[in-house]
Amino acid sequence: MNQLHFPILSTIVFLPVIGALLVSLIDSKKETAIRWVTFIVLLLDFLVSLPLFFYFNSSTYQMQFVEKVPWISSLGMNYYLGIDGISLFLVLLTTFLSPIAQLSTWSGITQKTKEFNIVLLLLQTGMLGVFVSLDIFLFYIFWEFQLIPMYLMIGIWGGPNRVFATMKFFLYTFFGSVFMLVALMALYFLHHAYYHEYTFNMVTLMSQPLPANLQFWLFIAFALAFAIKVPMWPFHTWLPWAHVEAPTAGSVILAGILLKMGTYGFLRFNLPMFASMTHQFVDIILIISLIGIFYGAFVAMVQPDIKKLVAYSSVSHLGYSMLGMFALTTIGIEGSIMQMINHGISTGALFLIVGIVYERMHTRNISEYGGLASLVPIFSVFFMIFTLSSIAVPGTNGFIGEFMVLFGTFESHKVFAIIAAFGGLFAAVYMLTMFKRVVFLKPLNPKLLKLTDFNLREWIYMVPLVVFVFWIGIYPNTFLSKMHASVNHLIEQTKITNVNPNLNGKVSFDNKVIIKKSGLKG
Amino acid sequence: MKTLVLLIIIWPLIGFLINGLFGKWTKNYAGIIAASALGLSFLSAVYPIWQVILGNIYDYVYFTWMPLGKFSVPFGLRIDSLSAVMLFVVTFVSWMIHIYSNGYMKGDPGYARYFTYLNLFVFSMLLLILGDSYLLMFVGWEGVGLCSYLLIGFWYDKKTASDAGEKAFVVNRIGDAGFIIGVLFILFNFHSVTYADVFPFVHQVLTPETATIIGLALFLGAMGKSAQFPLYIWLTDAMEGPTPVSSLIHAATMVTAGVYMVARSNAIYDMSPIAMEVVASVGAFTAFYAATMALTHKDIKRILAYSTLSQLGYMFIGVGVGVYWAGIFHLMTHAFFKGLLFLGAGAVMHSMRGLLSTDLMGGLKKKMPQTAILMVIASLAIAGIPPFAGFFSKDAILAGALEMGHPIIWIVGEVTAFMTAFYMFRFVFTVFYGEEKVPNLYHELHVHEAPKVMTIPMWVLGVLSIIGGWVGLHVSGEIPIEAFIARTAPTLEVANEAHYSEAFLMGFSACVGLLGIFTAWVIYIKKWITAESIANTFKPIYTLLANTYYVDEFVYFFIVKPFWWVSEFFLWKIVDVKIIDGGVDLFGWISKRIGWLFRTLQTGFVSHYAYWISIGVMLLTGWYLVRII
Repeated sequence: MNQLHFPILSTIVFLPVIGALLVSLIDSKKETAIRWVTFIVLLLDFLVSLPLFFYFNSSTYQMQFVEKVPWISSLGMNYYLGIDGISLFLVLLTTFLSPIAQLSTWSGITQKTKEFNIVLLLLQTGMLGVFVSLDIFLFYIFWEFQLIPMYLMIGIWGGPNRVFATMKFFLYTFFGSVFMLVALMALYFLHHAYYHEYTFNMVTLMSQPLPANLQFWLFIAFALAFAIKVPMWPFHTWLPWAHVEAPTAGSVILAGILLKMGTYGFLRFNLPMFASMTHQFVDIILIISLIGIFYGAFVAMVQPDIKKLVAYSSVSHLGYSMLGMFALTTIGIEGSIMQMINHGISTGALFLIVGIVYERMHTRNISEYGGLASLVPIFSVFFMIFTLSSIAVPGTNGFIGEFMVLFGTFESHKVFAIIAAFGGLFAAVYMLTMFKRVVFLKPLNPKLLKLTDFNLREWIYMVPLVVFVFWIGIYPNTFLSKMHASVNHLIEQTKITNVNPNLNGKVSFDNKVIIKKSGLKG
Repeated sequence: MKTLVLLIIIWPLIGFLINGLFGKWTKNYAGIIAASALGLSFLSAVYPIWQVILGNIYDYVYFTWMPLGKFSVPFGLRIDSLSAVMLFVVTFVSWMIHIYSNGYMKGDPGYARYFTYLNLFVFSMLLLILGDSYLLMFVGWEGVGLCSYLLIGFWYDKKTASDAGEKAFVVNRIGDAGFIIGVLFILFNFHSVTYADVFPFVHQVLTPETATIIGLALFLGAMGKSAQFPLYIWLTDAMEGPTPVSSLIHAATMVTAGVYMVARSNAIYDMSPIAMEVVASVGAFTAFYAATMALTHKDIKRILAYSTLSQLGYMFIGVGVGVYWAGIFHLMTHAFFKGLLFLGAGAVMHSMRGLLSTDLMGGLKKKMPQTAILMVIASLAIAGIPPFAGFFSKDAILAGALEMGHPIIWIVGEVTAFMTAFYMFRFVFTVFYGEEKVPNLYHELHVHEAPKVMTIPMWVLGVLSIIGGWVGLHVSGEIPIEAFIARTAPTLEVANEAHYSEAFLMGFSACVGLLGIFTAWVIYIKKWITAESIANTFKPIYTLLANTYYVDEFVYFFIVKPFWWVSEFFLWKIVDVKIIDGGVDLFGWISKRIGWLFRTLQTGFVSHYAYWISIGVMLLTGWYLVRII
């Protein structure tokens, strides 16, 4: 279904590529022009993506704004794009955050500006492609493609330890992707074995699941790739490295969008395609998520570096998202999606905040700050708002996501929800201790005295974030109402656990091998 | 009417937005703007309150706040008799304290910021009491906690103040987790958190066990916000904030939110004798325990802080034994007299340039006659001397405890009443009576009576501290305040209610109060026995009390420190860096070694690599398929 009769998704995805071509034509000395062009392209991309929101039909779970063009028909490959209530907000979050992140680089990136902006634009295409692809092969191409610009961004414009950090980031995520690739191929062939059709069509694969006993390794392979991306504990150690070394815009995009590809992957692949295994793994994943919530908070608490602190807080926040998702209730999954959006806004904003002072002070050590409230009051107010949003104070976006996750989890797993309710306590500890040491107290470091408050550009990119903090906090229905149909449908899909497709003799015979190998019964 | 009810909470929000966004320009007018907002809020509340007295109940829904699948949480405001009492107390006392703050905070560089926070506080507090669902109450609950955090740490460049603010927030979060758990249970069982959907159906929906869980979880929240043992540790540190803040937030309004919440949930508590027993016992213990600490303190604000803890304990006795109206009644009178006591302490601090120790004071009556008289009135009220306000409400609680069959709690309450009278008059006598302790100090500091903008609100509260309890007098066979509050929070019905002579109990309570005052008079005015000699005789006890039972030290060395240490040296530096990340690096290192063996394959041609990669993928896929098909 495409209500606009216009390839809007392709436009959104590939507009940045055109932008990148445009930028490549500009003389690399004309930095201002490069920045303006990039910004305008990204802003335009955001504006073009707005109709997705306004024309979105929230009464159906069907894919919308669909574009389907045969690509390699003999293999069942299509150029197939579309979104539903789950991917809608991830697309919008991407188009919304990117121009903001780009604005933050105007003073931060002064080396190889042209290349940086090209990389940024290509990254945008990669990320959007992941969220709109409905063909798993296309999905995989975008998934791998976006790694390259991110790799370059950290590796070229990063901090002193950038080479080690990029290698770790790249190899770690690539390690996961390889498993995913194998699983994709296996899924493709297995699907043919059962349904006698070669297809990479995600929607078909979701609605025609494989028998439970074949799902085990597929689930593991996908889960590994996504868990590294989220990152779930204990696959998280690349994240602090990557964040600390990445330039501000890199951190914003990494935390705000890239990590969501992991959670999105779980929602698109593991939950609907391997529903039986999802049920098998629920307890394990919920426990890992809980560990992530508390472990992330405890380790964040003792970090001397602000960026590392925020990085570990991401582990904690995304723990909530995974908790809500694997509660397998409508409210839990909606809460999980809200938590993804909120994390994108709040943590993205916190990285911007850190970037603003880092640009002026060239240090991220908490102990070198203090007393910013009296020196840069406007900065401090914004910092406060995002801090509160991060610790889920009601009235801000954070609370909506966290409460929905807690209630959604409570509906299916009471004890986990009760334990998770205490996570908010530790969030307050690490955020407020850091906030106190940076913003309150007396400014003891003489270098701080020449700090300047927000300039116009910083005002421009921080205000929209604040608007969403309160909008989602006060009237979340704008967003939630668009998710219901898709999330309910997903819940229906996760309930299909005893599949009985037309088996040919061979398969039923070999099933026993798998059952024995995977240690599963039934 | 719907708009009028909304206006009550909108006014302070407008004040907050004006001062918050334009504080740079409003500057000296910030105080006037904020106080006017509160005045308008109070005026908007008058008519609805009157209508509620006449028997109406208002419950308006404005919009859907949080849709949760099949059910949703509306944004609605409710005024019934319980919230009407709270509404009156909050808007009126806040208004007075806003006016007072105009004088107290004059000249502070953060003048506009102060009033911004204060307006935001009142907005949140009104949301807490008027919200028609548990979740909306929670919004207000966290909102007031946030404002408390900001106002305690108002002078943020002081380390003690910033630390105190953070401590308050974090300790409260322990309670908040309890509150949230309670809300989860309610939402799960009733499919709604709106009061109107919950209370009428309590008996159909809840089992006594679930009621107990909900009651205890909610009470954990109340223990945090209303500073009951052991979550009280933040309240004394909270005295780092400006004194009007202590008066408004940490005496009159916010800290009583827990009492309001328990009274609001009366239908749930009525089902669970265990939860009620816990509430009453914790209240009684805190009342006694905090009073002992107030006996020896020399910091005038901290004496009042311990006294607040103790009085909150009384309120929990009231709601815990099931005499909900008495708890709320004491909440109201306490707001008047404790608010006044803090304002008086503020007036003293204001003229003493922030000095707090009773060792530096004495004979202040001559310099500050109005403050002295008001402090005596407020102290008589808290000591429970008729006909002052505190007498009626405290008596109602203690008589209630006895009638509901809790004689031990009654005894604890009376002993505490004695201590209360004693420490309050110790305070009054050492600060306002006797001789100036440090010669010429007052002269050097130019000690003077507070300006009118401060004394007038104090007088208003002074009058209320006298007459505020008279609504608890018998009028044609019933007690008006009891009848009014019982419409929403009816007193628990017990099978064999004990009966005692009311006149006897009242007389006894009054005598206990008088005895406490007399003891203070003997020690601090007549000095027949000196305080030092008592302290020396009971040295160990005195040391223990003077150090407030070493609880803060205990928490620091046995909870905070070890927790921090484990997180830093075990979780981070060993588990995260060495084990998990080290494991990842080891994996990489091994791969690299293996790769070294295969180095001969490295030709430098991308096409070769692509070839090997595709072979690898095919092999893996093939292996997998062979296993399956």
